[in-house]
Amino acid sequence: MLERLKIFIIITVLSMVFLTNTNADEKYTANECFEKFSRGTLKFNQALDKAIFKPIAKGYRVLPQPIRTGTNNFVSNLRSLLSFSNNVLQGDFKSAGNTAGRFTINTTVGILGIFDPASKMGFEKKPREDFGQTLGVWGTGPGCYFVLPVLGPTTTRDAAGLIGNVFVDPVYHLTHNSETDIIIGNENLSEHNYYYYRGTDAIDFRSKNIESFDSLEKNSIDFYASLKSLYLQNRQQRILNSPISNSDSDDSDWEEIDNQ
Amino acid sequence: MKRIFLSFLFFFVGSFLVQTKAISYSSDPESFISEVIDEAKIILSGSSSSDEKAEKLSQIALKTVDIKGLAFYTLGKKRKEITPEQLKKYEDLFEKYFLKSFTSRLTDYSDPKISVLSSEVVNNKYTIVKTMLLKTDKKPEVKIDWRVYTKDPDNPLIRDLIIEGLSLARTQKEEFASVLSANNNDINVLFSTLEKFINK
Repeated sequence: MLERLKIFIIITVLSMVFLTNTNADEKYTANECFEKFSRGTLKFNQALDKAIFKPIAKGYRVLPQPIRTGTNNFVSNLRSLLSFSNNVLQGDFKSAGNTAGRFTINTTVGILGIFDPASKMGFEKKPREDFGQTLGVWGTGPGCYFVLPVLGPTTTRDAAGLIGNVFVDPVYHLTHNSETDIIIGNENLSEHNYYYYRGTDAIDFRSKNIESFDSLEKNSIDFYASLKSLYLQNRQQRILNSPISNSDSDDSDWEEIDNQ
Repeated sequence: MKRIFLSFLFFFVGSFLVQTKAISYSSDPESFISEVIDEAKIILSGSSSSDEKAEKLSQIALKTVDIKGLAFYTLGKKRKEITPEQLKKYEDLFEKYFLKSFTSRLTDYSDPKISVLSSEVVNNKYTIVKTMLLKTDKKPEVKIDWRVYTKDPDNPLIRDLIIEGLSLARTQKEEFASVLSANNNDINVLFSTLEKFINK
């Protein structure tokens, strides 16, 4: 346990020391470090998606709507525990309270999270939080942009966040730590369950975006660049918890054109 | 003779009024977007062929989108480095590229259900109109914000679509920048890439 904590602190400190940007303009932009490798990895990921993930996502879509909604609710409820940890780490205690309230209600009244009565009771469903976002909130810049095999687009900060997630995700600890089996008294929470849950979450996401991905691929003149732009914009707005449309910097880009 | 003349005048003025009504939009940004959506919905849910739908949608885009402004924006700083002839060629190519890309994205939706939710005046030049593409059996609901340019209050124009917080104009700009930087900033490569897309 102490060893894990040490690793977590080292990752966090290293990310913050090497990736902190003092220039506000550079805070949300990421430079390419391994573009050739990333373009190759993207092609590999596209082939993998075409052969495996897309067909599974299409098959998943054939399931009746109530089953898909229940699956999404169940997985989202588990995923909210990671959001809760990050709400706390970001000092966003209002959202932490909302996330905790949603989890309690949906796990009990909503039968292990299959239903979502919390939304009807005024606990708003908020965007997910992860440790990459937490590092961003703490002032860490994105660092390099690159594409990981299978996992897709990321930045140095977000890759560090992926490792950090393991340390702050209660679901990971419940499924990977045999000590908690004794405390909880449930020996069925094996490591496999964690990967089933993460896999189901990925398939659910892919099934909702089949047409969007197809359209992006069809209408891009440089799919790699489009994906990079969308990924970085998405991370920016998730860190700011504010849509790009509200950003002042976007106005200044147009300003020059208006004055020509 | 007088009756014939009056009938002709009445017919002429009537036709003109009907035509004017068909091509004019409200100056209020929220109503403007609502009208554009309604017009597009009629086309998309109609029985015309894909090509006919694309042509009709292009006509709407030409009237309601600031394509020239978008062309300049997406070219970024490069627009200051090229000759007026190259800029003109770029504007022409961009318009064709934009219309093809725009209509191709839209014709994927056969019967979209979009609700106009609210609008927010950012400043005297911009209003953001917030809408929601309602969820279907296969697709989740999608938030779409329309960035409406209101410098000329009587003639609002769409400058950007922000889908779930992601700006299409910014994505396009970064895509063009990527093509240029991968090819020694050669504008001719961007021209040929756009031509390839237009002709495919």
